[in-house]
Amino acid sequence: MTTVRPLRARRGVLGSAGLYFATVVCALLFLVPFYLIVRNALSTDAEITGENWKWFPTDVQWGNVTELFDDATVPFGRSLWNSAVVGVLHTVGTLLVCSLAGYGLARIPYRHANKIFYAVLVTLMVPAAVTFVPSFVLVSSLGWVSSLQGLIVPGLFSGFTCFLFRQYFLGFPRELEEAARVDGLGYWGAYWRVVVPNSLNFFAAIATITFISGWNAFLWPLVIGQDQESWTVQVALSSYMTNQTVNFHLIFMATAVSILPLVLVFLFLQRWLVQGVAQTGIKG
Amino acid sequence: MSTTTTRDTTRPAPAEVPRAGRRRRVRSSTLNFWIFTGPFLAGLVIFVYIPIGWSAYLSFFEARYTVTPDKFIGFDNYELMLTSGDFTGSLVTFTVFAAIIVPVTWALSLGLALMVHRLRFLKAFFRSVFFLPTACSFVAASLIWKMSIFSGVRFGLMNTVLGWFGVENTAWLADPNPPWYWLVIVTVRLWLQAGFYMILFLAALQNIPPVLYEAAAIDGARPGWQTFRHITLPQLRATSTAVILLLLVAAYQAFDEFFNLLAKSTWGRPPLVELYYTALGEDQDYGAGSAGAVILTLLICMVTLLQGRFLGFGKGDDAR
Repeated sequence: MTTVRPLRARRGVLGSAGLYFATVVCALLFLVPFYLIVRNALSTDAEITGENWKWFPTDVQWGNVTELFDDATVPFGRSLWNSAVVGVLHTVGTLLVCSLAGYGLARIPYRHANKIFYAVLVTLMVPAAVTFVPSFVLVSSLGWVSSLQGLIVPGLFSGFTCFLFRQYFLGFPRELEEAARVDGLGYWGAYWRVVVPNSLNFFAAIATITFISGWNAFLWPLVIGQDQESWTVQVALSSYMTNQTVNFHLIFMATAVSILPLVLVFLFLQRWLVQGVAQTGIKG
Repeated sequence: MSTTTTRDTTRPAPAEVPRAGRRRRVRSSTLNFWIFTGPFLAGLVIFVYIPIGWSAYLSFFEARYTVTPDKFIGFDNYELMLTSGDFTGSLVTFTVFAAIIVPVTWALSLGLALMVHRLRFLKAFFRSVFFLPTACSFVAASLIWKMSIFSGVRFGLMNTVLGWFGVENTAWLADPNPPWYWLVIVTVRLWLQAGFYMILFLAALQNIPPVLYEAAAIDGARPGWQTFRHITLPQLRATSTAVILLLLVAAYQAFDEFFNLLAKSTWGRPPLVELYYTALGEDQDYGAGSAGAVILTLLICMVTLLQGRFLGFGKGDDAR
């Protein structure tokens, strides 16, 4: 025993040193892209494309921020605004519509509730992205191309989000609702006064995930955003890659600005984000 | 959830409800059901069911530049899509892509989870670092990859680093021979997604009862590979399966990074990019595009049903 123990201990120390070394190396690799965004966003083009690699800009170019918003070729400020509006309305709308439906399916007795639930489940088989051509056909015949409602409304009816809410409400303690019923509240009153206030954690988790995926969405905004006025920030970013003239510092400043809101969301709402991932990831 | 309920143990026995009252109650709950689910169901019909139906209809017509066609052409659109080579080629591209990205992401996210799980200090910090790319969009990441890391010119990071070792500049994306573009495409998605799946594996690792490891140690299993192979991996089976399915479905929908990294190059087009250029490119061929969408929808339905068969998912209420 006494001879074994120091060996074990030594192996433990070596092992955890190795573990931390490997973790730090991986972490640095994962951070490289973020470093490149910041470095390029605050450099001049001459330094980015220079002969020798520079790890940091000689003079930090804060002026790149104002140059980005003054640049007339791509309406970046406008696209940022569009993304914010779309992100918020998409999140609020999805949560409202899908949570109500989820509650109805979970709790309110109705003869055909099962059949309706299956009609929702069927839509889970087909990811929305796969049917973007049909959706575009519909939205264009509604005259919603290049409009905010075209960007927002078709995405609100997520079968998956509705499904998640239903599963969540099935596990909601019935006693709470019964207490509300005794107090004379109907389904509607019980839902808003008792169920929602007691489910804020779950709502926050779903909201975080929904907002991030809305902000980062690209295919649908690309299809809908036929004129510059209706571009979201992702479409604007993408347009930089196909432009004839390449201004590296502007492109990377735009990337930095587009990521910033989400990094903030990430840092402050990480708890709910992790919950949301665990919640939405394993759907089975 | 953090709700504490004062449980009422004396639940009142259901009172005798007169017939008329019961009928009124049923009617009111029916009304309530529709108030709650109506908006969602209406939207589901309008924005999911109708488009798919309309698209199935369009796929039998010659519909260029129009969504209200009048020339019925039977299965010609399907024949066009299935024999043109571009569309079937895109399915091949998807297969190659999935064959690489699914196992690689699975292995990396599991590896990261095992690493982070064993950390004693700074665990939350490193978890955040690996998870942070989730906040990044595919477009932004493609931009960094294309314009900075894998830029084909001298000042790209990869070429700079390789240059220190005397390697010539490589045109990572502009030249399909050799197909270096796969390296770019795969690493972008790997970076963006590994942290997301790591979170799922971390949650699963925390749920493995420590008793199992103690029992294994008593039985003489050495820590490290043996324990991993015989305890950890089998315990993660459900999560692993779910992760692999999620990765597959995500790869099927891959669009953003291919579209942005490869621009209009004719190689490396997965199905959705091919459809985009068919339906919304120069030709605006909604008929052929719809036929393609119908084929893709049928394919993914088949896969979902098969996986349900094999894995016992999708049994309605007990689906979780």
